[in-house]
Amino acid sequence: MCARALFWIAALVVSLVGCRGVDPDGSVGGVVNLNGAGATFPFPLYSKWTFEYYRQHPTVKINYQSIGSGGGIRQLLAETVDFGATDAPMTADERRKAPRTIHHIPATLGAVAVAYNLPSVPTLRLSSETLSAIYLGEITSWNDPRIAEVNPGIALPEQGITVVYRSDGSGTTAVFSDYLAKVSPRWKEQVGAGKSLRWPKGLGAKGNEGVSGQVKTTAGAIGYLELAYVHTAKLQVVALKNRSGEFITPSVKAVTAAASGVKLPESLTTSITDSASPGAYPIASYSYLLVYEDHPKSAKAAALASFLLWSLRDGQRFAEKLHYAPLPEEVVTQVEARVKQLTTGGKPALP
Amino acid sequence: MSSVSNPPSIVRRTPRWLPLLGRSANPGDAVFRSVSRLFALLILVLVLAMAAQMAFAAEESFKEFGWGFITSQKWDPVGQRYGALPFIFGTVVSSLLALLLAVPVALGIAIYLSELAPLWLRKPIGFLVELLAAVPSVVYGLWGVFVLAPLMATTVEPALRSTLGFLPLFSGPNQGFGMLSGGVILAIMILPTISSVSREVLQAVPANLREGAIALGATRWEVVRVGVLPYARPGLVGAVILGLGRALGETMAITMLIGNRPEISASLFAPSYTMASVLANEFAEASQDLHLAALAEISLLLFAVTLLLNIVARLLVWQVSRGEAKGAR
Repeated sequence: MCARALFWIAALVVSLVGCRGVDPDGSVGGVVNLNGAGATFPFPLYSKWTFEYYRQHPTVKINYQSIGSGGGIRQLLAETVDFGATDAPMTADERRKAPRTIHHIPATLGAVAVAYNLPSVPTLRLSSETLSAIYLGEITSWNDPRIAEVNPGIALPEQGITVVYRSDGSGTTAVFSDYLAKVSPRWKEQVGAGKSLRWPKGLGAKGNEGVSGQVKTTAGAIGYLELAYVHTAKLQVVALKNRSGEFITPSVKAVTAAASGVKLPESLTTSITDSASPGAYPIASYSYLLVYEDHPKSAKAAALASFLLWSLRDGQRFAEKLHYAPLPEEVVTQVEARVKQLTTGGKPALP
Repeated sequence: MSSVSNPPSIVRRTPRWLPLLGRSANPGDAVFRSVSRLFALLILVLVLAMAAQMAFAAEESFKEFGWGFITSQKWDPVGQRYGALPFIFGTVVSSLLALLLAVPVALGIAIYLSELAPLWLRKPIGFLVELLAAVPSVVYGLWGVFVLAPLMATTVEPALRSTLGFLPLFSGPNQGFGMLSGGVILAIMILPTISSVSREVLQAVPANLREGAIALGATRWEVVRVGVLPYARPGLVGAVILGLGRALGETMAITMLIGNRPEISASLFAPSYTMASVLANEFAEASQDLHLAALAEISLLLFAVTLLLNIVARLLVWQVSRGEAKGAR
């Protein structure tokens, strides 16, 4: 009786394993499953990409989970996913934990818009000095002379400023604080830059939707959020002064302009906040996909590299409609060269 | 039963290890007992494993900060300094505030439903109260952001300031997002828990206590005060503590309303922060080891507080259901 039970269990195990027979190259019955996890900010674009790519290449299924950049990096380091995604580049500390070389692949560009709630002021301009002073708590009223100075001819109300920030750790906060740390030495010293901060002033709201909700319901509020959200929430948006002295409202074009003036170094990661290019919106950033230089499974490595090449060319077409900015041409060429160097077991990943 | 009358065959078939499981001669009973005991122990193992896992994950934070973690007010992910005091303060004060607002109303509902309401009204109102408990937390949160917070900022907080503004509790700018709004939303959320458990407790009070009080010529109010409430008191305390447990662990709605600022302020208008909120906010994007360890230690603190309160609630509920009539004194 015991022997018979054992036989059935063994048969069951064999049949289960048989069904899921994973080839050594990482494919299952000719279909390659790629798993990725990471940033929430580019998720709408990535899910569009995986959908379109599967339609064009039915043998490759890509599954992307937007669990947050931190989670994506942790999963990539544990090698439970094939690729990660992050808005802020990996820190030196995180890179040190990697078992093999990890490459950053710039995938798209995003912007952080500054929204405000002053019904009597249809257009508002801010300089880097005034924005950082508001977030440091040094400017507390909308009719402060420093704000009036950059808004000639506009009647500013005598109203207190309610500062709103993102309470959840986010790439949006990392980009926004990176900008403030660049333009304000005091911000750099007192607060610094990161995904979660010790804010000198204000109220914390959870997620882009939380910030847009608080700004919308609080008269005199100011907050920062992803560009796509100000369109859906119909908020008033600040025109920010860039390095060339122009006041720029955030747009897809102004974001690509910010990137095109900044040369990508060998690491393919760079900060493009406070860009010196003409027409650039100053709070913009790359969003990256993260891949190991060498993926041990040959079929997965080839599928991943082909998908990356597709995203750099065909994929960019989907960006603008979803309020992401397409990568500048010279960046695409540079990143393509890196993707072509990806390997599997030491041999080139692409045929 | 026929197998019992034929013991030799059973004895021969019973494996030697079976008697270790229990005294019963029937192997089926022994197996059943040990399997269900295993399931019961599984819960204990699960709780211990969770606590151990969190303590293990928090090790780096224990080493770095020691007891200072609980007494420090600074939470700075950029500078890698972590202190949990503002979160402990925010959790405890917002929960107590919620109790202060919810308990009188919840007990009023429970007393009305079990003692005073006409029979045809008891079912529908009781049902509606329990329906409130089924509304998802995020819906309360969204309602809070778009309805409650503006109402607090434009009406409630200015009114409180103009009448009680001399107290530090009601000073500072009225922004609508802060400790008071957080406490109010928690009060609304724990109301159904407290009132439905209290109603059950009141209904369990033996009828002869009420009849005795009525026979002595007591009014309705006296029946409740002298006859029913003293008997039900431990159970009612248990209901309140269950509500407190829910308030302590509530995450989504309070995160959307409390203002998420790790500061300790005397004013109820000022923003604050709770332990559950900081976990929900920062865990997904935390990647530095020390940050993760500090968050793990916060979850351990929250776990300990919640567990402790639930144990106390259980003990109190048991005391009343054991039926030792405290009598009307």
